[in-house]
Amino acid sequence: MQNRSYRIVEVREQVLADNGKAAEKNRECLKQNGSFLVNLMGSPGAGKTSTILKIIEKLREKYRIGVMEADADGDTDAAAIGKTGTRVIQLHTGGLCHMDADMTGRGLLAFDIKDLDLVILENVGNLVCPAEFEVGADLRIMILSVPEGDDKPLKYPLMFSISDALLISKTDTEGIFDFSRDLAVQRALALNPDLSVFFVSAKTGEGYDEFCRFLDQKISAKRYLSAGKEEYE
Amino acid sequence: MHEMGIVIHLAKTLEETAREEGLTKIGSVTLDVGEVSGIVTDYFEDCWNYFRRKHPVLSEAELHIGIIPALTWCDSCRSTYETVKYGRVCPNCGSGETWLVQGNECVIRQIEAED
Repeated sequence: MQNRSYRIVEVREQVLADNGKAAEKNRECLKQNGSFLVNLMGSPGAGKTSTILKIIEKLREKYRIGVMEADADGDTDAAAIGKTGTRVIQLHTGGLCHMDADMTGRGLLAFDIKDLDLVILENVGNLVCPAEFEVGADLRIMILSVPEGDDKPLKYPLMFSISDALLISKTDTEGIFDFSRDLAVQRALALNPDLSVFFVSAKTGEGYDEFCRFLDQKISAKRYLSAGKEEYE
Repeated sequence: MHEMGIVIHLAKTLEETAREEGLTKIGSVTLDVGEVSGIVTDYFEDCWNYFRRKHPVLSEAELHIGIIPALTWCDSCRSTYETVKYGRVCPNCGSGETWLVQGNECVIRQIEAED
């Protein structure tokens, strides 16, 4: 190496810049197809798949839904979603702990999303890495389950900072765990005052009507805005 | 695991830079990594040494990491303090009205390369 002449190139670029570009491409693809992408994140076992099943139950009459299941391996989640008759694809991250924008783009392509109104990406169960890799979603939803504890915003601040909505799940177990709703919400809002918070239980059904109304409004708002834009163009 | 994902992106960005600048071989890459960016530099270097071999342009590229210290600004007493030592609450006045000024970066500062 000493014998070679090297020149120095100033780069000054974010390491994740290429991921940002791929995310932008996904946004464009979603816009063209009139589809809405949800990036659903949370720890393993927080209730991501159960929440998707609830969304399907509440919104399947109104929207054509597709689900992308991202896991390091296996296909049990895809099988559970498939039973409802919903379109589903299983993506394997090959051991990686998150989905990045490029992998998501390939998923969207494989899906042929022009026939889908709502695409839900169930990200790999993890509170760290998925927060760092944007995928181009319209809505970022994270789930924190009661058994995980109300201290999680303190330990994994980035996930709470970048999410648009927080579902506090498994509220039916509140009697068993020392979980303070007030503390959890206070800590989450300190990181992100714009976070919409919902309390849900897939077991009792609590909160999913309200949450699905919120999701429905977000999807309608995007459609309204993009329809309005086309009229002007 | 997380480091591997970032290394993959680093490699992509560098290959793109090499293409744009017409570089055939990258000798070294220098990153600025924030103290609280969540990157474990030892793991990162291991991942880099494994991954660079897959890319002809990068195979000889040595990785240099410069650490950017994390500093938090307190809005109540209008001063900065060391984030890692004191966390979110200001050690001077006890206020929680604080935010990170620097320390979560992961930026490619420069590369040394051959045309």
